[in-house]
Amino acid sequence: MATSDLITPATNTWCPGCGNFAIEHALKDVVARMIDEGTPADEFVLVTGIGCHGKMADYLGINSFYAIHGRTIPVATGIALANPDLRVICCAGDGDCYGEGLEHLVFAAKRNVDITLVVHDNRVYGLTTGQYTPTSPLGFPGRSTPAGSPEYPLNPLALMVGAGATFVARAYSRRLPQLRALIENALSHRGFSFLEVLQVCASFYNQTGYYDEHTYDLDPEEFPIADVDRALHLAREWDYSRDSRISLGALYRSRLPTYQEHLAAQRAGIREPGRAIREFLDERT
Amino acid sequence: MEEFSVLIGGRAGEGINRASAVLNRMMARLGRFVYMYYDYPSLIRGGHNFAIVRSADHAVRTHRDRVDMVLCLDSETVRRHEGRLNPGGVLLYDSSTVKEAEGVPVPLNEVLDAEKAPPITRNSGMIGAFCRVAGISWPLVEEVFVREFGRHAEVNLRVARRAYDSVETQFRVSGGNREPMPVLTGNEAIALGLVRGGLDTYIAYPMTPTSSILHFLAEFARRTEITVVHPESEIAVILMALGAAYAGSRCAVGTSGGGFCLMTEGLSLSGMAEVPVVIVLGQRPGPSTGLPTYSCQTELLFARHAGQGEFPRLIAAPMDADEAYVWSARALDFAWRFQVPAILLVDKTLCEGGYSAVIDPDMKISTPDVGTDASQDEPYLRYRVTPTGVSPMRTVPSKGAVIKVNSYEHDESGTTTEDASVSATMQEKRREKVRTLADALAGFEPVAVSGAGDARVGVVTWGSTGGVVLEAVEGLALRVIRPVVLEPFPVDAYRAAVQGLDRIVVVEQNWTGQLEQLLRVHGFATDARVQQYDGRPFTVEDLASRLAEVV
Repeated sequence: MATSDLITPATNTWCPGCGNFAIEHALKDVVARMIDEGTPADEFVLVTGIGCHGKMADYLGINSFYAIHGRTIPVATGIALANPDLRVICCAGDGDCYGEGLEHLVFAAKRNVDITLVVHDNRVYGLTTGQYTPTSPLGFPGRSTPAGSPEYPLNPLALMVGAGATFVARAYSRRLPQLRALIENALSHRGFSFLEVLQVCASFYNQTGYYDEHTYDLDPEEFPIADVDRALHLAREWDYSRDSRISLGALYRSRLPTYQEHLAAQRAGIREPGRAIREFLDERT
Repeated sequence: MEEFSVLIGGRAGEGINRASAVLNRMMARLGRFVYMYYDYPSLIRGGHNFAIVRSADHAVRTHRDRVDMVLCLDSETVRRHEGRLNPGGVLLYDSSTVKEAEGVPVPLNEVLDAEKAPPITRNSGMIGAFCRVAGISWPLVEEVFVREFGRHAEVNLRVARRAYDSVETQFRVSGGNREPMPVLTGNEAIALGLVRGGLDTYIAYPMTPTSSILHFLAEFARRTEITVVHPESEIAVILMALGAAYAGSRCAVGTSGGGFCLMTEGLSLSGMAEVPVVIVLGQRPGPSTGLPTYSCQTELLFARHAGQGEFPRLIAAPMDADEAYVWSARALDFAWRFQVPAILLVDKTLCEGGYSAVIDPDMKISTPDVGTDASQDEPYLRYRVTPTGVSPMRTVPSKGAVIKVNSYEHDESGTTTEDASVSATMQEKRREKVRTLADALAGFEPVAVSGAGDARVGVVTWGSTGGVVLEAVEGLALRVIRPVVLEPFPVDAYRAAVQGLDRIVVVEQNWTGQLEQLLRVHGFATDARVQQYDGRPFTVEDLASRLAEVV
């Protein structure tokens, strides 16, 4: 299909140079290709939170649930529960899913629910004009922390490996082919796929130069990918605060039965409610 | 013996709840209407638990202060409850733990030793002794134990039999004149009602008094197609439910006030996105953790106002198990038809009380059709503006349709907008649903009326309190008015219900007068009030005397 069919007529209001454009186009390209390869277009569902990333729901011409701040993951989990055949893509911001909704992130990994989470990590609150987020570096001079953030950043990749995510990867919004490939890998992975995208915020935290200089690509052939220790080691290479190399690519991948698969194995029985109720009433008489 | 009440008490952990369920069932097998009140503190071991099983040959939905028998597994029960005995009543006590009491001793230690039975069967011994004293035939005891305990019946029956043989019959609880009816807790009736309404998924985080809906449906799900999920928090509960609803699953959730606080943001999302959900809100006294295992009616105004912004919602407050079944089914069906959140407002008294249930497994719900056929729409617009305010709803996946739901204000396609005129149109569309919903509910007896036809005084009440009010007004020239639907408030039905009355007394379990405030908002005057806020439901005697002071 023409990828332009996947872009809605809604007016785009991201700032020029915003990293969200790259994520939007990578997503669109991957979805278009999957549709061409036979996945019905109506089986894709996008869930977004609130923040600049959320506008993706208005801009992509696929089913979407434009949810509330921090709560993309439980909505996506509910959708996946109701219909395990759907391709559920969850776009969330860093404030959105490392801050307000952190518990849902940990539980999604713990459950191995079959959804794909793309975190637009620009390490700053954009829509509320420039406060620190859970991944801003120590000393970040945001509008709520003018003297510098007094907190150490969270390391989401280490957290996800520790919490049991079965696909953990990092991309960068200025490395489009790799971003596209990782989205494709994440979508084809059965289980909880966590893809963090280091995203440039053109208005409030433009780290283009820093990321261009410090990122490097992992060679997926180089190490056994289902190695938790190796994945943790890689995840800890950069702590989101001090200078270091920043790896891009898939850190970890393993196959475990998904939440939906466990539930499906337990489901059985009577479809007709009247009969089920009558049987119970008989037991209680 | 037309009416008969028995109280059983002991320490938490002694199986008082199970024992009262057996007693309730015993009375139901006699063909009597039953009601069970269970009073327990929020702990697992120790503390005082008691239950009152009341039965009669007419429907009972509440307990009395006075009882005909007291069964004491410890001396605390003797001390607290011997004063409740009616003249001619009998007290049975475990003579191995209670040193001195006026009544019939039952040597439970000896019984258990002789049968080499575990301590947990002690309550079965007490029930055996009770059955003999109350003139219940052994075959019936046997039948009820087998039904209740299944493969554990044998040891319990041996203990019961030995205790049964250790005492003498003193009177005879007569059988009723009807076929035995099933006995359900309010929570079981709610769960079955949801199933009847087409429930696909139940999602909840445990919280008294609705936890047993979660437990019941989790078991029930093992033999049906229902999915039951217990997620990380009430926030996740309601958001998961909305996600599942969007993907075509009929969902309900259950909680109490504290969990409902966490759900309010999701409730507002349901209102804005028009993604339906049913919330079973079981009230317990607050503020905050309050009295976790007791009862109240303090969340009417909270339920009505919860969530930011203005949006339609349905609130229904059933009185007993029968109404709980009917209104849970309707709540689910109405929520889906009108695409609104629906709140089933109940309380600990109803949730955990045991009732004789008269429910129809094949009940038809027949929610009115409001023109929501989405099959013809092309292109599909999730929020198409219609005269009823209700848009045709499709769920994902739907061939050829892109379905967009949105927490932001949106246009008909579900795309975010900040346009003034579109915003106003969408607010009006949601407002219109309130009217459409109210019109549809008018055909479902949203206000129940009973009592003396020529009464000049009306007693207005809601929820489980209706059960005790109906009995407390017996013999008095009073009309009882129970709004079962509380939002959208059934203004016309209420006006008709209070026609010709000079004086209105409002009975409810709170101290701010929440129903009273709601009535005033709609322009209805009230004259007096009877309120209770100690966590315990009214008893018949107590309410009758308090009503006498104000009518």
